[in-house]
Amino acid sequence: MYNFDVVTPKTVADAVAALGEEDAQALGGGQTLIPTLKQRLASPSKLVSLTGIDEIKGIRTDDSGVLCIGGGTSHSTIAGEGSAYPALAALAGNIGDPAVRNRGTIGGSLANNDPSACYPAAALASGATIVTNSREIAADDFFQGMFTTALDDAEIITEIRFPVPEKANYQKFEQPASRFSLVGVFLAKYADGVRVAVTGASNDGVFRWSEAETALSSNFSVDALDGLSASSDDMIADMHGSAEYRAHLIGVLTKRAVAAAG
Amino acid sequence: MAKVQMTVNGKSVSGEVEGRTLLVEFIRGKLELTGTHIGCDTSQCGACLVHVNGQAVKSCTMFAAEAEGAEVTTIEGITGKDGSLTAVQQAFQDYHGLQCGFCTPGMVMSATALLKDNPKPSEAEIREYLKGNICRCTGYHNIVKAIMAASGQDVGAIAAE
Amino acid sequence: MPKDHGIGASSKRREDVRFLTGTGNYTDDINARGQAYVHFLRSDVAHGRITNIDTAAASEMPGVVRIFTGADFEGIGSIPCGWQVTDRFGEVMHEPPHPVLAQGKVRHVGDPIAAIVADSLAEARDAAEAIELDIEELPAVVNMKDALKDGAPKVHDDLPGNLCYDWGFVEENREAVDKAIKEAAHVTTLELVNNRLVANPMEPRVALGEYNRANDESTLYTTSQNPHVIRLLMGAFVLGIPEHKLRVVAPDVGGGFGTKIFHYAEEAFCTFAARQLARPVKWTSTRSEAFMSDAHGRDHVTKIELALDKDNNFVALRTDTLANMGAYLSTFAPSVPTWLHGTLMAGNYKTPLIYVNVRAVFTNTVPVDAYRGAGRPEATYQLERVVDKAARELGVDPIALRRQNFITEFPYQTPVAVEYDTGDYPATMDKLEEIADIAGFAARRKESEAKGRLRGLGVNCYIEACGIAPSNLVGQLGARAGLYESATVRVNATGSISVMTGSHSHGQGHETAFPQVVAEMLGIPEDQIDIVHGDTARTPMGMGTYGSRSLAVGGSAMVRATEKVINKAKKIASHLMEASEADIELKDGQFTVAGTDKSVAWGDVTLAAYVPHNYPLEDIEPGLEETAFYDPSNFTYPSGAYACEVELDPETGRVTIERFSAADDFGNVINPMIVSGQVHGGIAQGVGQALMEGCVYDENGQLLSASYMDYAMPRADDVPFYSVDHSCVTPCTHNPLGVKGCGEAGAIGSPPAVINAVVDAMQSGGHDVTHIDMPASPSRVWAAMNG
Repeated sequence: MYNFDVVTPKTVADAVAALGEEDAQALGGGQTLIPTLKQRLASPSKLVSLTGIDEIKGIRTDDSGVLCIGGGTSHSTIAGEGSAYPALAALAGNIGDPAVRNRGTIGGSLANNDPSACYPAAALASGATIVTNSREIAADDFFQGMFTTALDDAEIITEIRFPVPEKANYQKFEQPASRFSLVGVFLAKYADGVRVAVTGASNDGVFRWSEAETALSSNFSVDALDGLSASSDDMIADMHGSAEYRAHLIGVLTKRAVAAAG
Repeated sequence: MAKVQMTVNGKSVSGEVEGRTLLVEFIRGKLELTGTHIGCDTSQCGACLVHVNGQAVKSCTMFAAEAEGAEVTTIEGITGKDGSLTAVQQAFQDYHGLQCGFCTPGMVMSATALLKDNPKPSEAEIREYLKGNICRCTGYHNIVKAIMAASGQDVGAIAAE
Repeated sequence: MPKDHGIGASSKRREDVRFLTGTGNYTDDINARGQAYVHFLRSDVAHGRITNIDTAAASEMPGVVRIFTGADFEGIGSIPCGWQVTDRFGEVMHEPPHPVLAQGKVRHVGDPIAAIVADSLAEARDAAEAIELDIEELPAVVNMKDALKDGAPKVHDDLPGNLCYDWGFVEENREAVDKAIKEAAHVTTLELVNNRLVANPMEPRVALGEYNRANDESTLYTTSQNPHVIRLLMGAFVLGIPEHKLRVVAPDVGGGFGTKIFHYAEEAFCTFAARQLARPVKWTSTRSEAFMSDAHGRDHVTKIELALDKDNNFVALRTDTLANMGAYLSTFAPSVPTWLHGTLMAGNYKTPLIYVNVRAVFTNTVPVDAYRGAGRPEATYQLERVVDKAARELGVDPIALRRQNFITEFPYQTPVAVEYDTGDYPATMDKLEEIADIAGFAARRKESEAKGRLRGLGVNCYIEACGIAPSNLVGQLGARAGLYESATVRVNATGSISVMTGSHSHGQGHETAFPQVVAEMLGIPEDQIDIVHGDTARTPMGMGTYGSRSLAVGGSAMVRATEKVINKAKKIASHLMEASEADIELKDGQFTVAGTDKSVAWGDVTLAAYVPHNYPLEDIEPGLEETAFYDPSNFTYPSGAYACEVELDPETGRVTIERFSAADDFGNVINPMIVSGQVHGGIAQGVGQALMEGCVYDENGQLLSASYMDYAMPRADDVPFYSVDHSCVTPCTHNPLGVKGCGEAGAIGSPPAVINAVVDAMQSGGHDVTHIDMPASPSRVWAAMNG
């Protein structure tokens, strides 16, 4: 690693101020960033650790039933205390491994927007709102291609607001080495329609499979997906699977998600 | 360099660290607690697993500076002062849950954390929990068996030695 | 009742206590006062010419002690190869130089170019980036078939064609084999890949060099399976340090699996630099560095043909293999695809005619050498896959076809040079059918199918040659070392014992199992016996641990030394009891005179040896310490039968291991608990090879599977509980313990069982798939079924 300072502010305001310095970078749980730093793929002058900021930790349900999760909340906390949104809690409980889940945070994962991460699929399928220190961003606007988001420099995710769906399910097919998603499909059924978000598969990062959404919104059944197939254009192809394989898995996992969601 | 202070195995310790100093480097280098190992650099193998404030954490994926004020427990800290083994440690010996021993401290710390949360885990729960601890020697058979035995389950029916 | 001590007892491992409490002493746990740290600047291209390297600015960076480049190693020896293969035309193999630091050219990603020694590792790494380095990139050869083509880029400038050797075995059989295949009633042909693997012991390699100016002695602490071999290779061939001025210590070593046999550039560098700088120099590999600097394993491409007569008897076997050597010859690389592979092609079968052709090829990849099994997994995989394919083509039961062709009479001289001393292949197959519940498979398949899954059963046999090896034989075959083993049994005055063994334990449990043998022979408690290993200053010249040789060869040396101790002790006892030496018996730690009630205890005799007041000084010397070197007269031949049951999800191609059973014949067993553990671990590595692991390069020689993010290591949730059995025992006839070795069996026997099962599952689903290459990953299985 290149050298840098680590600061541990206690408030969002202090963190934002610290991030104002040139080449300062936010450090969530560090479960992705620290391995990246070890490879000397990033050279921040200062890391602003967000793990000491209590005001961005925790889970609550607001008056309208929306599940609000602090950006600094760990995966293990969401797995254990996110029962208001069971599919989301189950997703959190299957990220990485227990030690990674104890450190990794939802805000860190969303800000990183790894094309194989799980949370982006949940946020996008849920039509979540990503709240930062300065604004609210709809999930549909937040994800802008792999490792790219709508966040500005020095902008911190303070909360993610998940409207809780009637039914939901996440199907993750693991890449056998990293245990990230080779393909993951998050399905959420709301009163006004079904949303299907796919992670792991596309060179553009997480995306919504609109054909499946249309079909399932009018007929929420496995049969509704018959004959539908995701296009393999722009799918990731690597040693773990071809573009065609990933496209095929999207169909399989979406059907399984519908069946599991009941 | 910045000063960091924490409690490791019940003892207050402090030292000067760079921002980039990892918790595992602090533990192994500064504190000379070499039971905690480094087996990879992508946060997967779990050889460096310790407990921070009671939670299982990979000490290679956390900066020492982030452990300011924390309670850290390493493999050296769970062994009795008289050298007595915990139930998990003893079961690993009784059921041959280790060979070269390199992954073992992390494996034991992981198993200890599991049993705290889930006193009688099933075979499947143990295997799932150990996803973040790689062992190249044992094929996991005797590790899983040892953890089941440590939690008081009858392992007599599990095949072979 | 199982025994509770001595030979055959599952004694708990004494080494466990230190490992379980964090008090083990691995090489990286050792720090020398004032040590400096080295970071290697490694090539990030597969093939290139170094046109400029300027370390001036980097040398001025904070903390830098000195930066070394290839120029500092001119006149220093090349990293040697320990085995010279002679090709089928009588020519010796091509053996290009292997510099410690690159000289002019880089030949694989990870090839070390410069070594930055600094006060801290971070400073060394910072300075590495300030080195001005220009490399003219050259086209790389990665694929072996491409490397052999006319006009292919040359990995070594003076070696057109990149061919290390073209080996034929047994060359005299060649025409007879061709004829038999041409005339056979049925020939089954299979082309397959034995995938390149990375051994991945969980402890990365470490080297710490020290130099003592006062006595001109160098010490190297290193993660090695064989410290004496490192001392010999590095001292004599690379650095020119005489053995009495060089000590090599391999303390607790966190797994080896073959990849810690070899002498590596980093070891030579740290020893060299410590002398140059008169300061300890330490290198600790990162895992990422390990992927591009530890010798890899396997990487064979093979065409195999099995000929059968009209009654399904095997009549001939022919194989044509390309074996990847990587960019340089690692220590034992040339022996792996030849003598450790070709000699096993008979397997468990009485095929009368066999011809094996192996061409070893240089490519711009990390060197390839022995990995758990080394040559024998490659032989077993080809043979057991082609037998399985033949059974399917002929519509006969794969187990029945195997049984029909089993060797049943011993000793058995194979057509590939080796002579099996003992074995009982029907017995291990019977045992396998029992523990694997083969009869119940059909019902289990129905259950799987009811869930929408395909279920497959794969069975195979294996034979291996362990206990390497008779020195005179391997000398004729090109080994540049003897392959005996040594032991010193030092009895102390009060009767306790230190056994100094040349074998090295890095997970095998020698510290527990070896004392069981000595305790049994002497009738004293195991805890009075300690094992000393891993230090050239404390143990006699030994060849180390690999090839499942420790007990068969090292244990035999220990038995011989113990026998010498007993003989001398009996002399002392006969003197003490004033009886004839011929009448002295040793039992349960007591010396008695046959037919009398006279006795003296073990401790009285050992005390007399060191306090020789009443002692036959005219006949024997005081003291009780004996050394033996044991050179085996043959290999040992463990064998067994394995079965794997898989479930296959036809929608995703994902294969899961549902049951895995292993019935082995290891000869006599010293500690059944440890033996089972060895098999478990081997199975997991074999399952890993079959389903998950694969080292992948792109066409430019970039290593794509360069970390655990892409190299799939088996984890706890990838494997089930295994059912293993080693109750079938045909003792080895030529070593004193009757033992055969168990360390590699699991890794040798399991890959074909898994792939046979995967093919069976696919065929049960109506897919016309006769073979799938390893690793049978979900995407590959899905593609095979939808191809």
